[in-house]
Amino acid sequence: MRKPGKGIAALLGVLCLGLLSGCHGQREQAAFTVPESFDASRDYEITFWAKNDTNINQTEIYKQAIADFQELYPNITVNLRLYTDYGDIYNDVITNISTGTTPNVCITYPDHIATYMTGENVVVPLDGLFADEKYGLGGSELLFDGPKQEEIVQQFLEECSIGGYYYAVPYMRSTEACYINKTYVEALGYTLPETLTWDFIWEVSEAAAEKNADGTYKLNGGDVMIPFIYKSTDNMMIQMLKQQGAGYSTETGDIQIFNDTTEEILYTAAEHTESGAFSTFKISGYPANFLNAGQCVFAIDSTAGATWMGSDAPLVDIAEEALVDFEIEVMEIPQYDPENPQMISQGPSICIFNKEDPQEVLASWLFTQYLLSNEVQIAYAQTEGYVPVTTKAQNSEEYQDYLSRAGEDDDTYYEVKIKASQILLDHMDDTFTTPVFNGSTSLRDAAGQLIEEVVKSVRRKETVDDAYMENLYAEVQALYRLNEYGGPAEGKVDLGPLPGTAKALLGALAAAWVLILLYLAVSSRSRRRKL
Amino acid sequence: MKKSLCAALLLSMTLALAGCAGQADTTAETETTEDSTAAETTEETAETEESTDTEAAAEETAPAEVMTHEEYMAADVDTQVTVESYVQATQSWWDDNGQGKITVYAQSEDGAYFFYELACSEEDAAKLTPGTKIRVTGYKSEWSGEIEIMDGTFEFVDDGEEFIAEPLDVTEMLGTDELINHQNELASFTGLTVEPAAEGSDAAFLYSYDGSGSDGDDLYFNASYNGQTYTFTVESYLCDNTTDVYNAVEALEVGQTIDMQGFLYWYEGVNPHITMVTVAE
Repeated sequence: MRKPGKGIAALLGVLCLGLLSGCHGQREQAAFTVPESFDASRDYEITFWAKNDTNINQTEIYKQAIADFQELYPNITVNLRLYTDYGDIYNDVITNISTGTTPNVCITYPDHIATYMTGENVVVPLDGLFADEKYGLGGSELLFDGPKQEEIVQQFLEECSIGGYYYAVPYMRSTEACYINKTYVEALGYTLPETLTWDFIWEVSEAAAEKNADGTYKLNGGDVMIPFIYKSTDNMMIQMLKQQGAGYSTETGDIQIFNDTTEEILYTAAEHTESGAFSTFKISGYPANFLNAGQCVFAIDSTAGATWMGSDAPLVDIAEEALVDFEIEVMEIPQYDPENPQMISQGPSICIFNKEDPQEVLASWLFTQYLLSNEVQIAYAQTEGYVPVTTKAQNSEEYQDYLSRAGEDDDTYYEVKIKASQILLDHMDDTFTTPVFNGSTSLRDAAGQLIEEVVKSVRRKETVDDAYMENLYAEVQALYRLNEYGGPAEGKVDLGPLPGTAKALLGALAAAWVLILLYLAVSSRSRRRKL
Repeated sequence: MKKSLCAALLLSMTLALAGCAGQADTTAETETTEDSTAAETTEETAETEESTDTEAAAEETAPAEVMTHEEYMAADVDTQVTVESYVQATQSWWDDNGQGKITVYAQSEDGAYFFYELACSEEDAAKLTPGTKIRVTGYKSEWSGEIEIMDGTFEFVDDGEEFIAEPLDVTEMLGTDELINHQNELASFTGLTVEPAAEGSDAAFLYSYDGSGSDGDDLYFNASYNGQTYTFTVESYLCDNTTDVYNAVEALEVGQTIDMQGFLYWYEGVNPHITMVTVAE
């Protein structure tokens, strides 16, 4: 449940790979070509790096999927390695690219793939595999009922397209939702609107921050109340900019985030931090914990965090005696223009790493496709507020039955979870993603850091004014090296013939980088906290 | 050493870039130089206007009044504080966007501290051995019940003093309000019984809190005393899967009687980070 950062190993890896891919003369992995047929007479061992939300049900589904797949393809052994953080996968992949030990199949974000692709033929483009008559999507030789390409939600699939080629398939999709203590909202004299607006959230949050003369909060009579807590401030910034039509980045990687609208957003965050109405996960803690303890009114988190939200949540991180009873409502995130709601589309995708043996890659592809089968899609989507990425699964009787049973229990049919999924299903046309390019991960980190810095500064009684903003922009720009990035990940510019001296130097450097990356990887980590 | 190594590598990269046809070599050189500087100084400058380099920070920071533990605990959250204490253990050093960081468990005669992600070069991290005295300036914070100093810088205090805490036996305090008064201290627990790590399971431990992790992740296990069951953690950033305690917990069996040592970390209640486990004969 933590957002990734990047260590120096990752940075150097990016620079190194960018360097190697930008120049000629390096040892390159051959581009993958789809074999004529799958050689079932051989044994294959593939590795699958999977991410779960620290949710045992998800790991069980991965294991079951592997077992079922291996029953169909007994000559393919799938070794599972579990992660609970995208950042850790990212860092490990970067390290393993340099040593040629990438996994075969990997859960990932498209942003990360853009970085992986700075190496030559590292990630397998999937277009050829999609279309293969025998082993492609819905292919004739598949031993399971996988989706056809048109049965993958087109919008989700497009999120995996980089430079006109598919380098991943979507695995699960989620968005963010606002989990609301409706009891508190009504106690304050408000009624939830049909669509949440930012004005409404701020107004109610200010009211909720009011204190009694003895310093306790009027709303809950306690010492702690943070009316509005945002889990992922990068998403907060990105969505607020998008909803206002302000710049973030162009498709080709020009950074636009340092603009006046961003500054307005930061001043707004500062204002409501000062009054005690707003804080963030990184500064105060998990929104769910405050919500469930009656110390928060609005908690914005992923729909994939729905099972942690509410008095009857199946997953709870606070002591039973700290839980309070309240009526919970789950709604789409607040909007500036309720008539044109916009929210982020997020969630894991799957990429395949290239190997010398095309048959091994084909085996990886078969397993990847299996993860898109209804058996896996429906089971995994039910573990959290996820949505299956195929219409085949979404429209299935089994999934529709699941959706219709919201509230039947506080486990499989936990109402908040199913409502969260329904938000995305109802708003698929209102979702967006940010452009993917080499550096888009850093830009995302920077977007969140801007808000985190302002909130911290206000809490520490620092002056937040125009001079502060100017300095903040400069510092964040430098910290995330936003001047260095840009350009589509697939854009390999022909630089002309490489001088002989540079060839020799690069050879030595390549060897050095491998050693350095290995050395740095030992201590490189990405998470702020883990629990 | 690490910084000079990185600088050398960045310089090498610059030269390599210069060797590529069609590149603006002077631009590449300038940008690389600027960025290597930014990597060392940016984040902390943004937050505290101090250099991130540990020793430079010590030189540039105006002497702050050092608080006693009592004064520290009485200070408001989000205020800048300066304390002196002795390193008892550290989590593994890591590099966050060119900013070295280390989390330190520290203790003095009068109380314990948790220094969350101190700005720290890798060279200095190696010197943060148990007993080492440091002066830390940062912001007092509370995160899910854990009182800590975040966004901190530190300097070594070379006055010849060392302090290694003796573990306080808190077994009888388990489940009482008294325990929080010893937050972050090195503590011992004696004569506890290993309980199933999950309801209906025979397993004595889990990778991650619910078993969703794998080897190398945090270990969670339950142990009871006087009929009450408590959860303990082997924090993998503090004790990874090569350590004795990690392996000892992986070998635990339900029903065994154990003694333990660890730090009284807090996450929505006490969440001891265990550093030693012994099975009673």
